[in-house]
Amino acid sequence: MKMKAWNKSTKSNLITYGMVIAAYVIMEILMKAGMVSSLLQGLLVPLCTYVILAVSLNLVVGISGELSLGHAGFMCVGAFASAFFSNYTKEAITVSGLRFFLAILIGAAVAALFGFLIGIPVLRLRGDYLAIVTLAFGEIIKNVINVIFLGHDSKGFHISFKDAFSMNMEPDGEVLINGPQGITGTPHDSSFLIGVILILITLFIVINMVNSRTGRAIMAIRDNRIAAESVGIHITKYKLLAFTVSASLAGVAGVLYAHNLSTLAAQPKNFGYNMSIMILVFVVLGGIGNIRGSIIAAVVLTLLPELLRSLNDYRMLMYAVVLIATMIFTSSPGGQAFRERYSLKALLGQKKQEKEAK
Amino acid sequence: MKKKALSLLLACAMTFSLAACGGKGGETEAPAADNAETEAPAEAGNDAEAGDDAEAPAASDGAVIKIGGIGPTTGGASAYGIAVQRGMEIAVEEINGAGGIGGVQIELNFQDDEHDPEKSVNAYNTLKDWGMQVLIGSVTSNPCIAVAEQTYNDNMFQLTPSGTAVKCVQYDNAFRMCFSDPNQGLESAKYIGENGLATKVAVIYDSSDPYSVGIYEAFRAEAANQNIEIVSDAAFTADNRTDFSTAVQGAKNAGAELLYMPFYYTEASLVLAECSKQSYAPLFFGVDGMDGILSVENFDASLAEDLMYMAPFVANSDDEMVKSFVGKYQEKYGEIPNQFAADAYDCVYVVKAAMEEAGVTADMDASAICDALKTAMTSITFDGITGKGISWEASGEPNKAPLIVQIKGGEGVAL
Amino acid sequence: MMGFISYLVNGISLGSVYALIALGYTMVYGIAKMLNFAHGDVIMIGGFVTFTAVSGMGLPPILGVLISVAVCTVLGMVIERIAYKPLRGASKLAVLITAIGVSYFLQNIALLIYGSNTKSFTSVVSMEPLSLADGAIIISGETIVTILACIVIMIALTSFIKYSKSGRAMLAVSEDSGAAQLMGVNVNATIALTFAIGSALAAIAGVLLCSSYPALTPYTGAMPGIKAFVAAVFGGIGSIPGAFIGGILLGVIEILGKAYISSQLADAIVFAVLIIVLLVKPTGLLGKQIQEKV
Repeated sequence: MKMKAWNKSTKSNLITYGMVIAAYVIMEILMKAGMVSSLLQGLLVPLCTYVILAVSLNLVVGISGELSLGHAGFMCVGAFASAFFSNYTKEAITVSGLRFFLAILIGAAVAALFGFLIGIPVLRLRGDYLAIVTLAFGEIIKNVINVIFLGHDSKGFHISFKDAFSMNMEPDGEVLINGPQGITGTPHDSSFLIGVILILITLFIVINMVNSRTGRAIMAIRDNRIAAESVGIHITKYKLLAFTVSASLAGVAGVLYAHNLSTLAAQPKNFGYNMSIMILVFVVLGGIGNIRGSIIAAVVLTLLPELLRSLNDYRMLMYAVVLIATMIFTSSPGGQAFRERYSLKALLGQKKQEKEAK
Repeated sequence: MKKKALSLLLACAMTFSLAACGGKGGETEAPAADNAETEAPAEAGNDAEAGDDAEAPAASDGAVIKIGGIGPTTGGASAYGIAVQRGMEIAVEEINGAGGIGGVQIELNFQDDEHDPEKSVNAYNTLKDWGMQVLIGSVTSNPCIAVAEQTYNDNMFQLTPSGTAVKCVQYDNAFRMCFSDPNQGLESAKYIGENGLATKVAVIYDSSDPYSVGIYEAFRAEAANQNIEIVSDAAFTADNRTDFSTAVQGAKNAGAELLYMPFYYTEASLVLAECSKQSYAPLFFGVDGMDGILSVENFDASLAEDLMYMAPFVANSDDEMVKSFVGKYQEKYGEIPNQFAADAYDCVYVVKAAMEEAGVTADMDASAICDALKTAMTSITFDGITGKGISWEASGEPNKAPLIVQIKGGEGVAL
Repeated sequence: MMGFISYLVNGISLGSVYALIALGYTMVYGIAKMLNFAHGDVIMIGGFVTFTAVSGMGLPPILGVLISVAVCTVLGMVIERIAYKPLRGASKLAVLITAIGVSYFLQNIALLIYGSNTKSFTSVVSMEPLSLADGAIIISGETIVTILACIVIMIALTSFIKYSKSGRAMLAVSEDSGAAQLMGVNVNATIALTFAIGSALAAIAGVLLCSSYPALTPYTGAMPGIKAFVAAVFGGIGSIPGAFIGGILLGVIEILGKAYISSQLADAIVFAVLIIVLLVKPTGLLGKQIQEKV
């Protein structure tokens, strides 16, 4: 009876939390039982990373209704800030839990700062122009990070924007950020448990935000900007809030990413527009504005290329075909009609009707 | 709602099939299934067998030695990964044809990493599920560093054919076949200085590629000792490598007598074309990434006339081993192998030599093999197609003499 | 000074290639209102077809170009029919993702057919380079042909849209496809035609891109495609003269940025200029200001 008292969205949100926790518990049990392949074990942390990215981008694309193509840029900033911190304090803070906690805070804060600074100009634009400017910012971040050389020696920090040579370091100096070679030797602090906790925190933040006064204001702006403005909603403030929170969560995903691999470099592959688009694919495929859908889509689409490995050369081709086919099936008017006609619900409904007719 | 339930179901099915039988990877000869849907049930059938795979890599009868390979076979760097895969396949065929390693056949499984560290680790885990005993890879530097961390934790023997960054072999279980970046930069500066090729040098490098930057830094450090003046340096990036007019013009305006090009042949072909367009003809000097420039289909070889580069391997050498390798490669794949293929080919033979030295048998697990090979690597002396009398330091670096190749009349000639 | 002029010439020659690609981009965007991310990959296919025809089968270059135009036109229409048409009326994002899927598909098909090894493209332009000021400034034949091609295509496109019946139908569809349909315009046929023309332009762009920068791989089209897209936005996406101006400016900024500021930050500079332009003029240089309806 108590269930009835909860409104529909609360119930749906609890299912989302439950799904993540259940997935975690099942995976842990399977791992204890030794039934999980190394591939899947290795994929657990990346899966968490992509889930956080998808959920955080959904806040901008789905809830706030702005098409952002620069999400990987914020992930990149979070990753580099935190990896730099962890590497620098590797000797000073030996408790890895504490160090990682601080790294997460730093990653989130730096990404939030970038989100805020970039959001101010970007959110003045609309539609495709906003998309292209976020893409531009993402590319600038990647490009600039690739020319940062930062080292530390007995005289303090040295920085150069040209090459490691120009830093003029003492021989005992250590290069911390080495331009395109990025940061190597980041401690392996990420784990599945921390990843899942971070997902839950992300969900908590996003879901609460959506269901709060703030969230309703943001959605009001999305649905009708002028009407929202006329009832006194501060458009820039709310848009910027959503954008900053989203950037900050992407930064957290970056922290998780950076502490899962021993090498971190800003390549087109991992932090370029391709990655931003990849995250967008998760969001669109999972259903724009649908948080649970984002989670599932992120998991499925990250696993898909790995499952297709046995196809060898045809792997990425199949991936492209699946992508196109799914989009047509889920989004086209024809595909939707087809689904409605043959969905489980419709079939069951039909039977029910028949029964009632009798 | 149903849509979500459906996708949830799909996700579960995928996770399950992945959990249960990640062991079934893409063996080299594996027939390609037509689509993903037929794949999952087929895999589920192999359930029981795959479970054992992870525990005991070697089957009781018909034992094989499982060698894994990792490299990019799709994406922008795929030319290098595919060359490595082919080089390894030829070596494995030869060895198997001649009776295998100590009478045991080799099974090869090569996995794609798209030149991405994360995907490379996934590829490594896939191979581990398959029961890999020795790893040859990864092909490119950053993925290689990421994988080295994993092989070190698992104590898996790793030999990279072409991971040139210093940190690729920072652990004692990792060795490399190629020269390291600093080594190449140093050697090329020495060669230019000692042979008095030029005093004014211009450099173009790929600032987004650790390989290129690593070589350039070492070159620059040594140039000072060799009385070489770097009059112009220009960088390009992975996103900006079509237009070289500015870089070439900068070198031309600075009056450089030699253009140093520490990057791969694809971009080099563009730089050479641009130089000819601007009628600028300095000496050209490249590194091992330059090898392959003559195999660029339809390339006007006259543009590369007199180009010098450091290479471990010359395809038209008189050496019997090289001839046989090049012949087989051409017959099978219809192109001349480059140094990636050659390094990979040698890698398989190095593993064979080290295994025979250490007396490795197919029933040993990966960790035991690794311990045995670690010591064996430092005691073997290897004659291959990328050098003779190659030996390894415990640090993982090979001792081999660099070869300077010059293109004369459309063919590479060793100097 | 000579140096500067010569950098400027290089910038214009790079920019002319961007402009040519941007023309196709802007045309498709203007009428179908979709960001066709696969445009760059159609360019790559155009390059490969010409390469096969000219270097593989030994056909004369002009015939190679024509074959490539024909193949790309058909390809463009097939892509539109299979991947984009079912999504008419779906959300804009769904179409965008599908376009990305098509882009992956084309890249991987080319990888399977042609392999990953670089092909060196023989220029289809046999014109002698123009040498000015005693050889201090060299304008290559490819640059001259590319700029001429841009101008011819620009005039042809503008007059086609203005004066022909199907061109006016395009204009009508781009203004309001619902109303156009009610007035008897066949919207589907018009959009298919747009893709056909856009892809034909992509084939020409592919040939000239590869003639100027002769390394051809399955990924050749991706980055120039994105840059040209930026150029189209720069000039005001949907505007044909805007695409031309945007392309040239982008090329010049990129080259001057490389030459005088930092060669490593060339892309960052290009994107920064784009951002500044859009902040000052939110719909690009020649873009139409759209009035918001209440």
